[in-house]
Amino acid sequence: MKTILFVEDEPNLQKAVGQFLEKEGYQIKSALDGQLGLEMAREFKPDLILLDLILPKKDGFQVLEELKKNEITKNIPVIVLTNLEEGTDVEKALSLGATTYLVKANYELDEVVKKIKETLK
Amino acid sequence: MPLKEVLQKINFVKQCRRYQLSLWQCPSFLFLLMGLITILTMLGSYLIALRYTEQPEIVALIVILVAAILTIINYFIVQGFERLAQANQLKSEFVSIVSHQLRTPLTSIKWTLNLMMDEKAGQLTEEQLAKLKTIKESNQQMGDLINDLLNVSRIEQGRLVVRPEKLSLEALVRDIFKDYGSLAKSSNVKLSLVSHEDIPLISADRQAIKIVLQNLIDNAIRYIRKEGRVKIVLKKKNRSVICQAQDDGVGIPQKDQNKIFQKFFRSRNIMKYQTEGTGLGLFISQAIIKASGGKMGFQSREGQGSVFWFELPIKPKNNKQ
Repeated sequence: MKTILFVEDEPNLQKAVGQFLEKEGYQIKSALDGQLGLEMAREFKPDLILLDLILPKKDGFQVLEELKKNEITKNIPVIVLTNLEEGTDVEKALSLGATTYLVKANYELDEVVKKIKETLK
Repeated sequence: MPLKEVLQKINFVKQCRRYQLSLWQCPSFLFLLMGLITILTMLGSYLIALRYTEQPEIVALIVILVAAILTIINYFIVQGFERLAQANQLKSEFVSIVSHQLRTPLTSIKWTLNLMMDEKAGQLTEEQLAKLKTIKESNQQMGDLINDLLNVSRIEQGRLVVRPEKLSLEALVRDIFKDYGSLAKSSNVKLSLVSHEDIPLISADRQAIKIVLQNLIDNAIRYIRKEGRVKIVLKKKNRSVICQAQDDGVGIPQKDQNKIFQKFFRSRNIMKYQTEGTGLGLFISQAIIKASGGKMGFQSREGQGSVFWFELPIKPKNNKQ
């Protein structure tokens, strides 16, 4: 079973996405802030990380940067899942090594799952 | 290059455009203009004063007095306009922040609904499912409205950025037709796509062009009264691709035609048939097409229908606004 780490500070989104992905057959680990997300990534070495950008303690950009610097986590694909949509944010996240950039408001959950499946192939 | 930078700083025409202000509303242009008027008035009053008095002290006094009064007036005028420009900027920023904040709870509603309506969740009656669908549609409407407002504030702040990728307009139109299938059916509208020749892939921002096409198709369907046809025609012309959206709907009255791309503008004749809509779609679409290096226009006759078209280069030169 593939493991996905979901770093998101909004509990309602955590619940909805978590349950949906569990039904799709993934194991979900949840982190409610950036710092915890980084620690859990190192500890569990998930197959994929879903990362929000606006996060307490450490924002998504910092998390992404540190994930890509660390030997253990640098090869884990990261899908940024956020409501920030400005051109500069997208470019920054992609240049820091994010695999895909998804704007939450523009995606239904089954489309998010489709992107996850494509990335995990 | 410092000289280039200095020139860019005093290029007020560009600055004013960035704030979406016309020259006559733009503080930096007005400041320059008032400065010129002050100098000319000083010269004028010097010449007039010379003619009527021989005493240099009085001439100097009159010139200084006129200059002082004009400078004070200038200061208040320019300051007033500057405040207006700032207020406009603040409004755009406010809209942008509020819209972003609204997106989180809306996403939460949308995804929780996804979870409830997912077939694997099972055991929902038809009636319950229909009610959830209503919530989902309203949620989608709110989300669309927020996207429109965010795009407007981006356009007003000069932050609209397009990210080109290889794009098949034909495939995109077919995708959008799928989304509009049920609306077209319930409005008795037939959707069709005509490609005159092999349409090449273009380099454009998929999400942005999708917004443009959705707006054109949505408008075309909504402004057809009892029944009709919406035809999308794709053509290649030299180094560009032209996309036309033709409908046989209510058309746009002649007197409204020059305002059709204005923000929040809605033609009076369509308000009679269709109250839903914000008047932002065409404003946003035109800005996207411009930012993508293309152009957009329309022909329309009241009572006979409209043709909206846009032309996009196959390979754009510069993709930023």
